[in-house]
Amino acid sequence: MTTRHDLSRRSLLQGVALTAPALALGVTGPARAATTTIGFIYVGPKDDYGYNQAHAEAAAVLKKMKDIRLVEEEKVAETADVERTMESMIRLDGASLIFPTSFGYFDPYMLRMAAKYPKVQFRHCGGLWTKDKHPMNTGSYFGYIGMGQYLNGVVAAHATKTKKLGFVAAKPIPQVLVNINSFAMGARSVDPSITVQVIFTGEWSMPVKEAEATNSLAGQGVDVVTCHVDGPKVVIETAERRGMFTCGYHADQSRLAPKGYLTGAEWNWIKVYSDFAEGMKAGKAPGNFVRGGLSDGFVKMSAYGPAVPAAAKARAEAVKAEIMKGGFAAFTGPLKDNKGTTVLPAGKALPETAVELESTNWLVEGVIGAIA
Amino acid sequence: MDAITTVLVAMLGGALRVSTPFLFVSLGECLTERAGRINLGNEGVMVFGAMIAYATSYETGSPWLGVLVAAGCGMLIGGLHGLVCGMRGVNDVAMGIAIMLAGTGLAFFFGKPYVQPSAPLLPNIPLGGWADSPQLQNALAVSPLFFLGLAGAFAMAWMFRATRMGLRIRIVGESEDAARALGLPVERMRFLATAAGSGLAGIGGAFLSLCYPASWNEGLSSGQGLMAVALVVFARWNPVHCITAALLFGAAGALGPSLQTIGITWGYYLFYAAPYAVTLAILVATVQPGRTLKGMPGELSIGR
Repeated sequence: MTTRHDLSRRSLLQGVALTAPALALGVTGPARAATTTIGFIYVGPKDDYGYNQAHAEAAAVLKKMKDIRLVEEEKVAETADVERTMESMIRLDGASLIFPTSFGYFDPYMLRMAAKYPKVQFRHCGGLWTKDKHPMNTGSYFGYIGMGQYLNGVVAAHATKTKKLGFVAAKPIPQVLVNINSFAMGARSVDPSITVQVIFTGEWSMPVKEAEATNSLAGQGVDVVTCHVDGPKVVIETAERRGMFTCGYHADQSRLAPKGYLTGAEWNWIKVYSDFAEGMKAGKAPGNFVRGGLSDGFVKMSAYGPAVPAAAKARAEAVKAEIMKGGFAAFTGPLKDNKGTTVLPAGKALPETAVELESTNWLVEGVIGAIA
Repeated sequence: MDAITTVLVAMLGGALRVSTPFLFVSLGECLTERAGRINLGNEGVMVFGAMIAYATSYETGSPWLGVLVAAGCGMLIGGLHGLVCGMRGVNDVAMGIAIMLAGTGLAFFFGKPYVQPSAPLLPNIPLGGWADSPQLQNALAVSPLFFLGLAGAFAMAWMFRATRMGLRIRIVGESEDAARALGLPVERMRFLATAAGSGLAGIGGAFLSLCYPASWNEGLSSGQGLMAVALVVFARWNPVHCITAALLFGAAGALGPSLQTIGITWGYYLFYAAPYAVTLAILVATVQPGRTLKGMPGELSIGR
């Protein structure tokens, strides 16, 4: 079997004519670098009133910046799917900076893509990037939102009448435990007789279970509730219907609970994203390990709701001013966990930046609940 | 109130709150299966019903209209399943899975703009006015759809037992040959049973978005539509037993959170698995070896 290759002068010329524009485009490629293409990948829907919305809102602001092009994909599973998404963002859209925002994207998917595309920058939200272990074109950023939950606790302590607060939590991982502990520390800094009842739903997003958990808390006489699940909508709405007060998380949920919403701990990712994008435009790779809290503008508080008493506002503002100065430590020894074991000896203090907190595996005294 | 009462009240409340979607979907599935067809697409129908009910309620301000539209859309989607399955050589199960994926996909696609807004919800009927404890009062605030489901279950049981239509559905489901010998329009009856069954599943979806947990988002269903297929087996294709199955499932689902509130905090993953464990245990306990499932319609087969 033979195949004839007639490469006549005509077809050669045609070929050249056809490829020329493509080559020209290729040449103009670097000129296109004036616009930086940034890829955002979300694990859930962009409008979940929660974790993903917080990122998507910041991305929407970023989109308006000059010379920035944005590609987004939502509801990408924490499986090999995310590799395909990253690859298409890089190869088809020419993304030079990628934000895979969900926890499970980091290892192995993002690391694998980072090895394959060493010129593309990958920055992951929440992963623990380690200098010698992970490639330099990867990195992680995260906010210390624990102090936001601490302030939630301060306000909640003024609003509660039963002295029982509730916390609907997804899974007992360190970030969630730090939030529960901070909420409890904040509340108990106002009134040490307050307890925080925690219910784990076991899933990041499971509306029926979240509603059941909120109802169970209401049944127990809990009158202020906050949460750490991917989309707080169901918890906040159910609590509002049960006449409870709520403290928000991830994003502003005040619209969902016009009566009971006190305040909330929100992400302010635009700070991180605009810093990174400005850097990229100036030809500078973003930092590999970026962390910040309230005082760095990574985290913000929702506006106070109508049910917040003046005393609570004054107290919360005073604490906030203290936090804004930097170095504020919510966890100071001697401190016991809820089983009576000393977790922090006298004289030792953990500010929000303490690395120990990123491996928290205890619930502080005053929290009713267990991790296992 | 002591700890055990708390858990019992929470389980009662949970049974009344969580069971309704299971009840509607399993009733719908029961009707379809009694006519000799399996519809795995009811999961998709339910999610689509939830979306369209919420959207309708938001746009028109009338939650009841939302329920109606959900039932109507359910019938349309179920009708499609019925129509395609009526063709020669089409496999019920494969088509059902296609319908399930299409239903959820369409619901997510059209439901995007309704994730954020808050729609008017169906009001509950407060039956706990006599009780002193607010917990009991809350547990007894029951959705009217629950009673509709109860009435539907008894009506369906009566229909199967005592009416001409019920008898004909049963014949079609038991033996296609006998039905044809009697001159019954087998395909048309299966088509109607599938459409009506999915209409009920659509109402189940409306309950999810308009009663409890009363919100539309893409993670709303946690597989109730698929569990309903198992519940029908568990209920032995008897509509009244579907009530028991759904209530049991709802109560077992409330066990996890309520145990955590009274301080039993270990092993909540195990308690969350309680509904499935209960189903499995009862199925194992009631099935005797060497016998086909009692009450199973003769024409029901996954191999067709």
